Amino acid sequence: MKKGSASYEFVKGLWKENPVLVMLLGMCPTLAVSNSAINGVAMGLAVIFVLVMSSLIVSAIRKLIPSEVRIPSFIVVIATFVTMTDLFFKAKYPDISKALGPFIPLIIVNCIILARQEAFASKNSVGLSLVDALGMGLGFTWVLFLLGSIREILGFGTWFGHRVLGSWFHPLIVMILPPGAFITLGVLVGLKNMIKKES
Amino acid sequence: MKLEFKMIAVLTAIALASGGILAYTYVSAIDSIEKNNEEAKKKAVTKVLPGVQEYKEVKIDNHTSYFIGRKDDEVIGYAVLTEGSGFQGMIKLMVGFDRDVTKITGLEILENVETPGLGNRITEDWFKEQFKDRMPELCVVKGRKPENEHEIMAITGATISSKAVTKIVNQAFEKLKKALGGEE
Repeated sequence: MKKGSASYEFVKGLWKENPVLVMLLGMCPTLAVSNSAINGVAMGLAVIFVLVMSSLIVSAIRKLIPSEVRIPSFIVVIATFVTMTDLFFKAKYPDISKALGPFIPLIIVNCIILARQEAFASKNSVGLSLVDALGMGLGFTWVLFLLGSIREILGFGTWFGHRVLGSWFHPLIVMILPPGAFITLGVLVGLKNMIKKES
Repeated sequence: MKLEFKMIAVLTAIALASGGILAYTYVSAIDSIEKNNEEAKKKAVTKVLPGVQEYKEVKIDNHTSYFIGRKDDEVIGYAVLTEGSGFQGMIKLMVGFDRDVTKITGLEILENVETPGLGNRITEDWFKEQFKDRMPELCVVKGRKPENEHEIMAITGATISSKAVTKIVNQAFEKLKKALGGEE
């Protein structure tokens, strides 16, 4: 796979340049919402939507934006899609909206999205930006899903709300609290580096 | 000069487009959102006042109103819709009282931004069920089972949220008593 090919730009976000495990971007939502598997997945899906839409628009109008005002332009585009997502959930899926609560507006401050606009979408074609956004979004989602699963199973003994560990299991409340997020993420980043070194 | 003009033009265009799209999204979503809120309210009243057939909303202040619940044209209880500070933001809840306003008949948490997995467990049934048949003034106990009808057991790791809910319920009780007392 060559740099610049569509397949490379897609796959890099999943592992080699994973936004969470390698670039350590978007730490705020990663640490804050990964306390259950369902929260991780829901956050990931919302980020994929906002990331893909923002990348498409930014890449389409990249030649019109003077570089001096690119950051405010990106932010307005991102905020527009986040607000749309928020309104859409409130209107169509009030239950999901209630469960996600403040996570949705939080997507605006997710720096993965701004970073992809700055580093990729503003310099590449619409097609490449689309696969880049999809790859990065999925890379973010699977890590959040894994983090959420580990923390939910160890912290509550449940997975997607279903009990998976028997009554012998004493939940480790610390896994649900912020320290659990830091510990789990640290272990995952360490594992990723170990695997990278060996290969 | 040319660059300045372009910067202003581009930002204005993006902002206008964004505003236009959002205005359109808002207008097409607001009806459903309001309908959802209305339905949530109705569902909450039905839940906190078991057996209620019709209800009338009376405003107390900007954030608080109460519902007179009737069954077969007889008042069976009152539901108070109110909000107060939680751990991170506002908690909006509805609490039902019997017709003499001595006992709680039910509690529903409508909105909260408490920590997911900890504070927002105030929406779990076992926590809400605790309030049933309790009598204000309520207080929170930790690490032991409640011993009388004024005590509520805190959620492990979420004492502040548990206390906040209890406090809001106590305030709702005071406000309702005052509102009803003033009427007579």
